[in-house]
Amino acid sequence: MTVAPAFARAREEGRAALVGYLPAGFPDVPGAVDALRVMVDAGCDVIEVGMPYSDPVMDGPTIQAAAQQALENGCRTSDVLRTVEAVAATGVPTVVMTYWNPVERYGVERFAADLANAGGAGLITPDITPDYGAEWIAAADAHDLDKIFLVAPSSTDERVALTTQASRGFVYATAVMGVTGARTTTSDLAGPLVARVRATTDLPIGVGLGVSNGDQAAEVGAYADGVIVGSAFVRALLDAGTDRAAGLAALRTLTADLADGVRRVAAPRG
Amino acid sequence: MNGRFDADDLGYFGEGGQWGGRFMPEALVAALDELTVAWHEATADPSFMGEFEAILRDYANLPSPLYEATRLSEQVGCKILLKREDLNHTGAHKIRNVLGQALLTKRMGKKRVIAETGAGQHGVASATAAAYFGLDCTVYMGAVDTRRQALNVARMQLLGATVVPVESGSATLKDAINEAMRDWVASVDHTAYLFGTAAGPHPFPSMVRDFCRGIGDEARAQVLERYGRLPDAITACVGGGSNAIGLFQAFLEDDEVAVHGFEPGGDGVETGRHAATITAGEAGVLHGARTYLLQDDDGQTVESHSISAGLDYPGVGPQHAHLAHSGRATYTPVTDAAAMDAMALLARTEGIICAIESAHAVAGSLDLARELAATKGPDALVLVNLSGRGDKDMGTAIEWFGLGDADRGTPEAVEQVADHVEERLEDGPGLRDGQLGASAGAGS
Repeated sequence: MTVAPAFARAREEGRAALVGYLPAGFPDVPGAVDALRVMVDAGCDVIEVGMPYSDPVMDGPTIQAAAQQALENGCRTSDVLRTVEAVAATGVPTVVMTYWNPVERYGVERFAADLANAGGAGLITPDITPDYGAEWIAAADAHDLDKIFLVAPSSTDERVALTTQASRGFVYATAVMGVTGARTTTSDLAGPLVARVRATTDLPIGVGLGVSNGDQAAEVGAYADGVIVGSAFVRALLDAGTDRAAGLAALRTLTADLADGVRRVAAPRG
Repeated sequence: MNGRFDADDLGYFGEGGQWGGRFMPEALVAALDELTVAWHEATADPSFMGEFEAILRDYANLPSPLYEATRLSEQVGCKILLKREDLNHTGAHKIRNVLGQALLTKRMGKKRVIAETGAGQHGVASATAAAYFGLDCTVYMGAVDTRRQALNVARMQLLGATVVPVESGSATLKDAINEAMRDWVASVDHTAYLFGTAAGPHPFPSMVRDFCRGIGDEARAQVLERYGRLPDAITACVGGGSNAIGLFQAFLEDDEVAVHGFEPGGDGVETGRHAATITAGEAGVLHGARTYLLQDDDGQTVESHSISAGLDYPGVGPQHAHLAHSGRATYTPVTDAAAMDAMALLARTEGIICAIESAHAVAGSLDLARELAATKGPDALVLVNLSGRGDKDMGTAIEWFGLGDADRGTPEAVEQVADHVEERLEDGPGLRDGQLGASAGAGS
């Protein structure tokens, strides 16, 4: 499996793909599946299922809170794989975003095999870089999975090249120096970073960290191939509290706004 | 030139990249690379090393003395030597690490430092070094710990640092590290992260060790000068493991020297309430390195427990994982109770109130010394790193022993505790198993 067709289709339509993230097990395992299906239905082109982890150093307070709730509710690695299976069955490419230790603990080869069997398209790995990722790269290649590594504004040109060379599916560009979380303004670091990545690869480039509405999505979609949204979706569910129907309705509205955003031609900046 | 116990250029210890490494977000890789280069250049620069040595000497009261603990030695039948890191400025070996890292920060032209702290000792040391060098300092501390260690919070504040209570996760040391890393991802262009132990991503395990290795270099020279030979065994407590690796490094190539680390056994490894990472943990990745971890079947970090906040960490430095796995060093758990017994014994025999961390090393060393006395005779030498002093632990000691209360401070009550210690030394199951503290504390 791969996310490539979803990006290719968006490219044909002259727009960026909308990539939506939600942790598995939040608010609980079936609740997350319901939520992710709403996101698919309302216009996400690619889904990222987050693996809840006890020590998420790259996440801000919103995703931390969701992951913690998922763990307190007993979400296990096997639940994450079941969630992938349920979402991938919709036909939308589904990848897992995970810190490394749960994969290593599960068994790298076994995880790759089970992810592929579940219909998953690949893995986003925020805390391993290709130079420390040999075991994962081998397992992903053996099971035909996407390897989505991150680049950052602080990455040197050499490291950008190293990273894109090892990637498959898309390249994840972190738009800001900081943890995940919705921000009121998009970053002026993202554009130059995307240009540097573009110089090394033909792979699609997704930009994440901070996008929370259609206007920001339009702005990012003007220069990126994918607009990645996470904390804003989690926030929509958190704000609805125990009212599941209200949460799903908010999620649908937000997804539609973002899907509209990536289809809009952004107003020229400046 | 890397020795067989050192990391390779990627930060891996052991064959085939078994331990250590750098499992980190790409956003921090440039900073870690920059730090690695700066550290290598600085340590090759005689002016940097000269300045470091001068600060340690004139400001931090180093080298620390080597002291033959004669009355404690009588209890075990051979010689116990204490490396007196408890006499250092700020009360522990940690001052070596922070002065080294802060001097490097200054050399790199950064103006702000951040640090994590558990009990507050590394936070106090970092705040001290920041004051010394005129750097801004922010310390992340678990909210639970800020309440347990209010005195250290006050110390840091008096030294000019900002203390940020961390509410996320379990609100203890590991979460303080997570929060410091989140700060660092956003501030890395002008901020240095003073990591508090010889763990974390490359180059921290090797760099922190090298800033602490004066412990072993000094002790090795001191023992050779005074006794004309190397010790039979060297010992230290191991939480993250900076004091231990700082002692061990100088002796690793001396095959005749037995190397022992004592881990926090908490209520006993069998109870599950402990922080004996090497004894009871399994390999995994936490805070940027592959090492032994306390984790569940899904790789989620499990909370640790130790009476000693400075040892209460679910991971351990990767070089210790390598030393354990390769068999060069032996790691044994010491319970809370055994450590508290040893703290009392050291106080009564030597007039030294040590940190509870260091009491784990003393406790484990008593059994070891008796074994050595039996096989090698009364001239056997056991070198113990007394990594810190116990002022900070008096609250815990008061609660544990029932001190400070007029009824409990009677000569009879003191005698009772002393009797327990003596009984256990004579024929008990060994201090490592620990009974006294539990029974002495139970009456409270």
